[in-house]
Amino acid sequence: MTEGSREDATGGWTATLVELIRRAATALPGDVIAALRGALQAEAHSCRAAGMLETIVANDVLAREDSTPLCQDTGTVTFFFRLPRASDHLALAASARAAIAEATRRGYLRRNTIDTLSGASRDDNVAPGAPVLHFEQRDGAPPEAWLLLKGGGCENMSAQYSLPDTRLQAGRDLEGARACVLDAAWRAQGMGCAPGILGVCIGGDRAEGYRAAKEQLLRPLTDTAAAPELAALERRLLAEANTLGIGPMGLGGATTLLGVKLTSLSRLPASYFVTVAYMCWACRRRGVVAAADGTPLRWLEWLET
Amino acid sequence: MKAAAIELRHPFREADVRALPLGAAVSLSGAIYTGRDRLHRYLHDGGAAPIDLRDGAIFHCGPVVAPSSRADGGAGWRVVAAGPTTSSREDPYMPAIIARHGVRVILGKGGMGAATQAACREHGCVYVQVVGGAAAWLARRVRRVGRVWFLEEFGATEAMWEFEVAGLEGIVAIDARGESLFTAVRQDSERVLRRLLRGGPPERG
Repeated sequence: MTEGSREDATGGWTATLVELIRRAATALPGDVIAALRGALQAEAHSCRAAGMLETIVANDVLAREDSTPLCQDTGTVTFFFRLPRASDHLALAASARAAIAEATRRGYLRRNTIDTLSGASRDDNVAPGAPVLHFEQRDGAPPEAWLLLKGGGCENMSAQYSLPDTRLQAGRDLEGARACVLDAAWRAQGMGCAPGILGVCIGGDRAEGYRAAKEQLLRPLTDTAAAPELAALERRLLAEANTLGIGPMGLGGATTLLGVKLTSLSRLPASYFVTVAYMCWACRRRGVVAAADGTPLRWLEWLET
Repeated sequence: MKAAAIELRHPFREADVRALPLGAAVSLSGAIYTGRDRLHRYLHDGGAAPIDLRDGAIFHCGPVVAPSSRADGGAGWRVVAAGPTTSSREDPYMPAIIARHGVRVILGKGGMGAATQAACREHGCVYVQVVGGAAAWLARRVRRVGRVWFLEEFGATEAMWEFEVAGLEGIVAIDARGESLFTAVRQDSERVLRRLLRGGPPERG
């Protein structure tokens, strides 16, 4: 992995990204904890649902104390870099890979990467397609690195719909999108480790739809979409999904979702995709604002939009 | 769920398991064995179990384990994180494993399908839901890591680990009559979904 002077120039980034992984893997963001505590109060009448939420909250305390993974599935490691002009993407990619190998050695990440053809497990979690790296450049702000750890159980519950959908009687409009989101929440039941958080992209092509849907999971549970119609739909979908009665882990209760985060992209005239990224309650996200050499300036728990 | 938990200790007797009511909180102690897709497929295809699983428990779990030195100087293992994985992936293999090996308790998350429920009824087995994702909490219930099998062949995540647990709590989500809590939730929530999707134009505000 060492690449001479390039490695020297980005050693700061490697250490910062290891710390970013540690923070993300071992402690829930404050907004998610607050939502879980709120759900605990809402479920006070249900012994079973409240018991599971108590365990979930207690689990975060233990993981935090010991810097151990709060969920054993440390997930697909997805970085979103937001960088100034003239940033060295190759060097940052090398730092991200080195950071993952080190975080795996330290036990912040499980050996969680399988060669699809041979079935062999990778010792360092570095392989084609792992980690997932997204780069975006912008002017007027210092570098930011964002990390999302998303486990396989909830990833398996993510879904993409192509409208119109005759089964759902969903047309090509926001009402149709609403039907897709409710259907996805219902289909997931407890299998994605409810209560979940839905990142949703309306529009885009299939690949961009999933990327944008996942990116919504960086947003705090407390914000609303910038577009007023999406903000209204977010509120409505959260309230409606929580009448489904699926509850924590699918054993019944008033808390099926903690949040719904919508965005939209333009689309082709012929296509209307609704893409739902289902995130479990263990929504592991962190960000860091850093100097150009990777020195951390500010640690963040959600993306301000 | 803590106050009323029914205590169960390995070996899990058929009569005790058959007496567990659906939805009961249980607290398990003693030996349990982890297994994921590789182990289930191996056992399903006729592979020999490295230990007798009769009256035993299989935990659908791929733990994070770290080497640790034991007091006697030997090498050992420590569980860092150990939550359940999605059980429905083992549905194709589970009925045959329950029938052939006499497994009494399955620990996992998300429930299992009709064939596994039928096997629970026929052979006297229950499915216990443990809290998905609560891996640090669950790791504290593992008092000791015993033996490990298939470590080289399957990798650490898919290997079969022997855990000595104390007070590992969960909920009987499929009982030995084959009844499932998940079925009721799915059916009730489907009725609500139908109503929501039939609903008229969106309310304002």
